[in-house]
Amino acid sequence: MAEEVKVFGTWGSPFSRRVELALKIKGVKYEYIEEDVYGNKSPLLLKYNPVHKKVPVFLHNGKPIAESLVIVEYIEETWKGNPILPEDPYEKAMARFWAKFVDEKCLPALWKAGSSPENERAKAVEEACECLKTLESALNGKRFFGGDTVGLVDIAANFIGYWLRLFQEAAGHDLLSAEKFPALFKWSDEFSSCSVVKDSLPPKDKLLAYFKAHIAGTKAAETNASN
Amino acid sequence: MAAEEVKLLKTWSSRFGLRVVWALKLKGIQYDAIDEDLSNKSALLLQYNPVYKKVPVLVHNGKPISESLVILEYIDETWKQNPILPEDPLEKARERFWAKFNDEKLLPSIWGAFTKEGKEREEAIAAAVENLKFVEEELKGKKFFGGEKIGLADLAFGWLAYLICVFDEVTGFKIVDERYPLLLAWMQEFSQLPIAKDNCPPHDKLVIKYQALYEKLHPAK
Repeated sequence: MAEEVKVFGTWGSPFSRRVELALKIKGVKYEYIEEDVYGNKSPLLLKYNPVHKKVPVFLHNGKPIAESLVIVEYIEETWKGNPILPEDPYEKAMARFWAKFVDEKCLPALWKAGSSPENERAKAVEEACECLKTLESALNGKRFFGGDTVGLVDIAANFIGYWLRLFQEAAGHDLLSAEKFPALFKWSDEFSSCSVVKDSLPPKDKLLAYFKAHIAGTKAAETNASN
Repeated sequence: MAAEEVKLLKTWSSRFGLRVVWALKLKGIQYDAIDEDLSNKSALLLQYNPVYKKVPVLVHNGKPISESLVILEYIDETWKQNPILPEDPLEKARERFWAKFNDEKLLPSIWGAFTKEGKEREEAIAAAVENLKFVEEELKGKKFFGGEKIGLADLAFGWLAYLICVFDEVTGFKIVDERYPLLLAWMQEFSQLPIAKDNCPPHDKLVIKYQALYEKLHPAK
């Protein structure tokens, strides 16, 4: 029976790329639908994700699922080859813990560090560095968070693996550097250059331009607010 | 068979710790409860949860796990009786989606309505109303979020069944009102379950605690 697998995403979103990465790891063919999330969300997106109205949305034989890490776990359970979670329940729990840590602590802290108003910047950077320090220790000498191969935590941390270096270039700071976080920096190189990942990353120039525009927009709003 | 050692670090009132208690009781797992004083965190807590320094922490044969939803999934995978997640991956995804929705949207919005003032409070209430609408919709045709039996999502939403009435009493403002008949019915059903009836913090003690907190956050002018 023909399987229908679709991903609704946007080109720059690390969240929709997580889903695509999981599918690529498992060798699952899928149809990709680009959404215009800033301008014009499609009626299909709003139908399939009425609660959050966001990408990614995953469609498997007509059944929609939203929330990237929920989708990734669904993919793991549906297509059994090339597992991205360990078998052992404790190791699985550790992977879920770190994936959650990335989503709930790291990403918001990193975003704030790059886009806070000046007077909040130092504190935001300090918090972001704390997160990266914790993540560096979680890596614990491994090549990937998943061990020898990319796993759930690597997928969850994709923003740090690729987007962050461009984001910090646009923001003019240097949160993730080889000097400060050597293991995590090395991991980000390993991650973004590994074969299953590198062909499904957004183009560097386009992403850098996007971040520059976003940060300029935030600065303009700040200036206007203080005038 | 080696003796199993299960410990749960929590507090008497922690709604996240209570979810773990419910799951352990549902599966008939024996455990040692350690109630923490969060104003004076024990060395054990800081050792077992250095990242967040929070409860709950489950310690199974010396190995600690934090974050209540992560703990619940671990419990389900380790002790197979009375499952809290279904076999079917799509149904599992649905349970996870709604558990996340409670933790990331519903609970923070209702908590905001309790703790904030002025414009921030109004925004929290508006968000809570939106969120409650979605939850009500999800309950259509179902006794529990898990269907006929409770599941992960019910455990996540379970705090509503015993804490909302405390908030109502303290604030004089009913947030889950007659606009949400299915949710109110679900709260009734949930609170009648043996695991809930026998394992909720005492109502009066909760009222005292949240009354004190409310007065601290909203000093009389």
